[in-house]
Amino acid sequence: MVRILVACLMLVLATPLAFAIEGELGFDDPAMNERYRSLLREIRCPKCLNTSIADSDALIAADLRREVHQKMAEGHTDKEIVDYLVSRYGEFVVYRPPLQPSTWALWGAPPVLLLIGVIVFARILRDRARQPLDEDPIS
Amino acid sequence: MWRYAMPIVLFAVLGVFLYRGLYLNPGSLESPLVGRPAPEFSLPSLEDPLREVGSDDFAGQVALLNVWATWCVGCRQEHPYLLELARTSGIPIYGLNWKDDRAAALEWLARLGDPYVASAFDSEGDVAIDWGVYGAPETFLIGRDGTVLHKHIGPLMPEIWRRDFLPKIAKECGSLPCPLVDGEE
Repeated sequence: MVRILVACLMLVLATPLAFAIEGELGFDDPAMNERYRSLLREIRCPKCLNTSIADSDALIAADLRREVHQKMAEGHTDKEIVDYLVSRYGEFVVYRPPLQPSTWALWGAPPVLLLIGVIVFARILRDRARQPLDEDPIS
Repeated sequence: MWRYAMPIVLFAVLGVFLYRGLYLNPGSLESPLVGRPAPEFSLPSLEDPLREVGSDDFAGQVALLNVWATWCVGCRQEHPYLLELARTSGIPIYGLNWKDDRAAALEWLARLGDPYVASAFDSEGDVAIDWGVYGAPETFLIGRDGTVLHKHIGPLMPEIWRRDFLPKIAKECGSLPCPLVDGEE
């Protein structure tokens, strides 16, 4: 059992290292290069489910990396590049969709659910505190 | 009462969402280009590198732009139907040959037949990105004023043509077969 757990843990830990095909392109300037890499991680590959274009080896991901590289070299800002890709491929390609009416539920659900959880938890604690302690004689 | 009903209600709500999720296709994305002007392009023709093929060629007419490549299995699958559409539909089909080998593409057209009025040769895939293409085959329906009316991802099949394309073409043309317009020249 422990062995299986350890194996699973190792598998999980190994995933971030499986960083597929970065760096066929890059910039000489380290700051620019860092910007390029982090931008690639923000853009979701439209063909493959839930990998960024930094991680995917799909044909289209390679093309999009090249497009991002070219646009950066031309001096476009991150926002311009992301806006361009969204205008072509839709909101799907961004991992952080903008806050707008169609995404209110998406952004709003986690805090609301967390709030509900906190309220339920607080009520359970309160109810328990009210119960007399000596009701069940365990000892 | 609520204490017992709540988990059941939550389970039911979750169940409805998960059940619906089973039948959604996460691979099919609505193109943001639909309803917007088609991106302009001009590329060397597949047949003749010295000649340009581009959005000017289908300006003023209802047309199809079909993204294809010889490495694409779905393209092989839809090819006979494209030939039939080219013969019978009255809608000109333009090809965007995507990241392909010129010789292989020409050989494919010679062997299987050529449904295209002309094919643009996009070896780098730049125009494809501008059109939001992410996997061949894809087919765009373009209106007279150059607006993208519809985009289909995957092989074009008769039932898809009847269901998704024909109503939009009928609306754009007023009648079928679509009366061909002589462009603006």
